[in-house]
Parts: sequence; structure tokens; C-alpha cells
Amino acid sequence: MEPMREPMQSILKEFPVEAGSLIPILQKTQEAFGYISPQAVERISRFLKLTENEIFGVASFYSQFRFIPKGRHSITVCLGTACHVRSGGILLEALERHLEIQTGECTADGRFDLEAVACLGCCALAPVVKIDGDIYGNMAVIKIKELLEKYE
Amino acid sequence: MNKLKALAERSRAEWQALHHPDRARIYLGMASCGRAAGSEEVRKTVLAMVKKHRIAAQLVDVGCIGPCYLEPLMDIAAFGKPRISYGNVNPAKAEMIIEKHLRRGEIVRNLAVGHFADAPCDDLPEFFAQPMLKHQVRIVLKNCGFIDPENIRHYLARDGYSGLQKALELSPDQVIEAIAQSGLRGRGGAGFPTGKKWQICRETGREPRYIICNADEGDPGAFMNRSLLESDPHSVLEGMLIAGYAIGASMGTIYIRAEYPLAIQRLKTAIRQMKENGLLGRRILGSAFHFDLKIKEGAGAFVCGEETALIQSIEGQRGMPRTKPPFPASSGLFGAPTVINNVETLGTVPHILRNGPTWYRQFGTEGNVGTKTFSLVGKVRRTGLIEVPLGTPLRKIIQDIGGGPQKTFKAVQTGGPSGGCLPEELLDTPVTYESLAAAGSIMGSGGLIVMDRDTCVVDVARYFLDFIQRESCGKCTSCRVGTRHMVEILERICKGEGEIDDLNKLESLARTVKSTSLCGLGQTAPNPVLTTLRYFRNEYVEHVVGKYCPALVCRSLIEYYVIPDKCTGCQRCVGVCPTGAISGPRSEPHNLDKTKCIKCRACLEICRFDAIAGNAIAIRTRGES
Ligand SMILES: Cc1cc2nc3c(=O)[nH]c(=O)nc-3n(C[C@H](O)[C@H](O)[C@H](O)COP(=O)(O)O)c2cc1C
Ligand code: FES
Repeated sequence: MEPMREPMQSILKEFPVEAGSLIPILQKTQEAFGYISPQAVERISRFLKLTENEIFGVASFYSQFRFIPKGRHSITVCLGTACHVRSGGILLEALERHLEIQTGECTADGRFDLEAVACLGCCALAPVVKIDGDIYGNMAVIKIKELLEKYE
Repeated sequence: MNKLKALAERSRAEWQALHHPDRARIYLGMASCGRAAGSEEVRKTVLAMVKKHRIAAQLVDVGCIGPCYLEPLMDIAAFGKPRISYGNVNPAKAEMIIEKHLRRGEIVRNLAVGHFADAPCDDLPEFFAQPMLKHQVRIVLKNCGFIDPENIRHYLARDGYSGLQKALELSPDQVIEAIAQSGLRGRGGAGFPTGKKWQICRETGREPRYIICNADEGDPGAFMNRSLLESDPHSVLEGMLIAGYAIGASMGTIYIRAEYPLAIQRLKTAIRQMKENGLLGRRILGSAFHFDLKIKEGAGAFVCGEETALIQSIEGQRGMPRTKPPFPASSGLFGAPTVINNVETLGTVPHILRNGPTWYRQFGTEGNVGTKTFSLVGKVRRTGLIEVPLGTPLRKIIQDIGGGPQKTFKAVQTGGPSGGCLPEELLDTPVTYESLAAAGSIMGSGGLIVMDRDTCVVDVARYFLDFIQRESCGKCTSCRVGTRHMVEILERICKGEGEIDDLNKLESLARTVKSTSLCGLGQTAPNPVLTTLRYFRNEYVEHVVGKYCPALVCRSLIEYYVIPDKCTGCQRCVGVCPTGAISGPRSEPHNLDKTKCIKCRACLEICRFDAIAGNAIAIRTRGES
């Protein structure tokens, strides 16, 4: 918890103490640490004078927030409608198999984490996969191996 | 009030200099769709070429011009010739185009899509005369693909902020009157008259009042709002300023989903440039109007697109809808009167102010005035972002604009998870709020997904219900529990474990959820099930009684096999199969072990796309041979 205090402090000091700050603070926290740790929730709770339960209640409502650490690279598979009808679900399964993890988990070596999302907004190029900031359209199961090799 | 005039003049001079016939330009489509298709790689190649050969050309990063299926798009204007567009460019093609067109002045005909001149240009087709574009009317999308969205001067050079100027010369009531007269209805789905919404808010007389731009775009499979914000952010922001002036708000919030990082970045840039040019803050354009803008990032919840949930979310709560009335226009953000408008609604407003309500009324039909953007996706040849007058028949959109389905047409889904699947017989339905509702679907925000015979409608209904069930905020029992039951039944049917009575159960559950849910999410959630049961009952019966999936999608009901006559024995599939289900000596038809096969598509894809393989892997109904 100690090493976290300083960065958390610098996040919190940007926000007024009011309920409307909670979601932006959670977003900033996730941006800085990759996930929302129990320690972070405790700090936010003291700062906003909300109970930890209230914070978890809000955070768990939104699919953006994660409670386990991220990998070095984050893979997001689109499961929006356009991607679904073009076999996005099978793509996700293939990635789970390839990485030997479930959606929402991180590989043991910390290289990749895997998530699903409902629409990345590139539906015309479905199925779509995003790795870190890069979006790949017209994906296919057989392109996975080569694509992942680009990310160390 | 000559501030805008001065700004516009300076911007026009810059615009004209950029478009001088002696100056070469390279345009690259750098919206998310372009990037997903590989435009960043193309851009790197272009920059390297320009540097290597010291080419004097201006690179203009533009947004999305619409035909996403042609991305990456790269256009060249050089040697006094008009701008010419090249589609499906990759680094190698880009190199060739630069070499020939930009360095030597030879148009690369076989790669050119069309030109942008008013007069004929050699014998190239006109870009906007292509089938996908010629049936469209581009008002909201007017600037998309033409301006650099990160350069406010491009927007200003094309009459940007003149709608605001016009508004500021009128009284707020006159602005509301103009919008009311134009007949504009909300583009977020429900089609509520925009002028009336503004009037209700203004007439409360309570201070403060707020304007919120709904950029949550929750429909999974729709991207109109993203595309507009990435390609022409100022048009939406100008709309917000006009709305703010009209209702008497001095603060606006853009609620945008976090999955759209590029749109967020461009909005931030746009807001900064507005401040630098006196278009935000105090005394805007020298008037007495003060206004400021804030961006709030959504955190990934479909229901937060619903206006009361959206407000809860901005207030830092779980995004739970509440009962209406009171409507946000009388009691919204922190209890203050609040107008919530969709991105496209606001993007239309400046055009109405600029050209007048009568001008706007010439598009569309009597009760459905104007144009609407749609994201045309799924199993259709030409996918992309389109804009058509309201009242255009679905058939025209799918056939003429989209080029028809890739295989036999099955259904078109409008309105996302709240909408319905409409069959061939209903393709002559004009897209209006009322006619789509009468067919059991909704207009929604503009998602339009085409399905062909390879799409299973039962699977699609299951998909939407599953989506809704996860996204239900859980407040009403009927929505929370009812949708879960429906998903369970649909899953059973897809597995071949359904019974005929399940169809009646589904129907009655659907009616209960529809009539007893509190918000639009639950009230519309059963639409995909109800419409598919109504128009495609046979396909359900085939799953339930025949235990097969005619589209060959439901995985428990299908199997993969090798067509021996086509198999070249190339062993490509053996290499990609993750479970070792395929075996066979080289040069002889392979053997596929059904018990090991997990139906992961790898062999199917490699067999279809690899030059050596023979398209010999196929899918059939389980047990067939
Ligand atoms: C479940 C649900 C999701 C919605 N999602 C959106 C959305 O993503 N974007 C949007 O503009 N409107 C959405 N709406 C409609 C809004 O509640 C609201 O009617 C709209 O933003 C009003 O803007 P308009 O009058 O300009 O259409 C949604 C409604 C419901 C019931
Ligand atoms: S459905 Fe996958 S990007 Fe929209």
C-alpha cells in the first residue's frame, strides 16, 4: 500500500470532494494502475467520505472497471452485433485457447490480458480486435498467432 | 458582431491556399475505421516517400467519408488535376500511387475509385456518383472526409459557426421556433420533437439549466455518432452552443463512451480551439452569451444511454433509470432543467439555423423531416456510414446503397437490441419512426445490420437478449429475471434441446417484460424475440422440432467435414487445427475426426483464403452425410 499513496494522492487532489467525482477518479486510477486495487478503494473512500461498499457498488456497475491487474498488452475482442454475426465469439474463444486464459484474466507471464467489449465502433470492418491502442479489422482465427507475435 | 467574419475570412484564405491548383495534397482517412483497416501503416509509407523524394505536398488527415469497406482511403490532388480517391490502399499500393500520380502525374486507373471535381475528369467516375453515394443526401456528414477535424479553420472556412452567429442574432425563443418549424425530431431513437423539448426546458424558468450531448452510442453495431465526432466535432459542438443559447444554459456536458478514445481526443482538441478563438467562455462572438463545455467519459453500461440513467451516472451513481415524468427537461441534472440531445440531433441544428427551417423541410416526409445517418453493416457488400432522407425504403438502402447482401437476403435489424429483425416482405417499408414501429422494430439511433442466409435469427435473438440481460440495471424484477428466463430458453433452443411449447413460453415472457418494465431498456428488450418469432417462426420450429439450424450457425447442431473431391491434400488445415482433429497424408483428401473437432473455424478459414487450399472444408447439419 505504501508505494501507492503518492500517485493516489496526486490523482485525488485534482478532484473536488463530491459524489460526481467518483467515476472520474476511478477512471484516472485505472489509467494509472491498470486496475482498481482494494488499497485504491480504501483511499478513495476516505477522500470522498463514501463507504467502500458504496464505491464497489458503483464501480462494479460499469463494465469498464477491473479489479485484477492488467498484462503488458491488453487484448479486447469486440462482441458487438456486427462482429457477432461475423464470428467474433469464435475469435474470442480462439484467443482464450491460444493464451490459455479466460476472458477477464491475465496470462501467467503477464504478457497479455483478455477482455470482451460490446462494439469498438468499427463495425464495417467486423470482426474487430483491439490490442493496446491498435485496432485490427477483418480479423480471423488464423491471423491470431502472427498478430500476437508483434507484441512482446 | 464581426468577430466571426474576421475568423472566417482568415480561415477561408488558408483553405483556398491549401486548395490552390498548383499545390499537391494527399488526403488520408484517419478515423477509427481507417485505422482499423491499416491507414497508420499507409501514413508511415506516405511520409517516408514524401521525405525521401522531397515531394512538396500537404498531407491532410481527414475523417470518414462513408464507404468504410474501401478503407484505407487515400486521395491525391496534384498537377492541377482534381482530388482523386484510391480505395483499399496498403503500403505497397500507396508507394505506387505516390510514385506515379504524385511524382509523375499519371493517375493509377485500376486503383482509382473516383474524382471530386464538378466537371468530368478524364473518364474517371465521379466519387459521389458511385452507387453507394449517389442516393445519399449529405447534410450532417457534409464535412466528413473533407476537413481536418483537428483544425478549426477548416470548419470555419466551410461556414462553420455561422449557424451560431445566426442564432445569436435571434432571440432564444426565435431559435426554438426555428427548430420547431424545421420539424427536427431527436435522432437518439425516440424521435421526440427537438424544438418542443427545448421549449419545455426554457419555460420552466428555473436556473441553472443544462444541455447534455448524449454520445453514449450504446447500440453494439452502430457507429454514426463516433464517426461524426471523429470527422467533424465542431458541428456537434456548434449545435450544443445553439441549444445552450436557446434554452438559456451556460454549461454543457458531453457524455461519451470511453470506448471511443479518438473521438474524445478530437473533442478535447476542438474545445481548446474554440476557447482560443473566443467561441467558448464569456461573451461569445462579442454577444452577451456565456457558455462552457465539459466532457464526461462513460464507463461502459448500455443503460446509461437512457437519459435518466445518464444523469445518474454524471452525478456519480450507478446508472439506474428512474420513472418519468418528471422528464429531464423539467428536472434533470442535479434536479435542474436539462435538455439531453443525441450527437446527430445536435449536429443537424447548425445547418437548420444556417439555411432556415423551410430549407430543411424539403428533405424527408411530412412527419419525418430531414435526413438520418445509418451505419450499414453486416452481410452487405458495401458497408459504411450513410445519410439518407427519412422515408427512404429499406430496400433502397440495402440494395442500391449497400449493393445487396453477399448471399440470399434473410433479414435486416434496425434499432439494435431494442429493435427488430425485418424480413424480405417488409423491405419496402420506408424508414420513418412510425412505420418501423408498426413493423415491430424501432428507428433507434441508426444501426442497420443486414443478415443473409448464413445468419441464424434464433442465434441473433439469443445474442441480443443475452446482451440486454447483462446490461439490465436490475431495478425491475421483470427485466432482470424475465430476460434471464428468455435467454435460458433461447440457449436451449440453440442447443437443440428446445420444445415446441418453449415458443409460447418465450412469447408470453416477452409480453410480460415489455409491459411491466420501468424504462425503455426493458420495454424494448423483447423486440428482437417478438419480431423473429413473428417473421421467422419456421426457423425456430426447425431448431425445436427438426433439431437443425438452417443457417448452420448453432454449434451444437452442426459439424465440420471435408469434401474429398475438393481437398488438395495441402495439409494447411492440419497445421492450424488446435486439437489435432484433422489428419491425412499429403496430397490425399484429409480426414476430419468429428469427436475431436471443436468447430473453431480455423480450418474453414485457411481452406477458404489460402491460395493452395481448395475450399474443401464445409459445414453441414449434424448427423448428415
Ligand atoms: C436503453 C436505452 C439506451 C439508449 N441509448 C442511447 C444512446 O446511446 N444514445 C442516444 O442518443 N440516445 C439513447 N437513448 C435515448 C435517450 O434516452 C434519449 O431519448 C435521447 O438521448 C434524447 O436525444 P434526442 O431527443 O436528440 O434523440 C437510449 C434510450 C434507452 C431506453
Ligand atoms: S460490432 Fe464490433 S466494432 Fe461494432
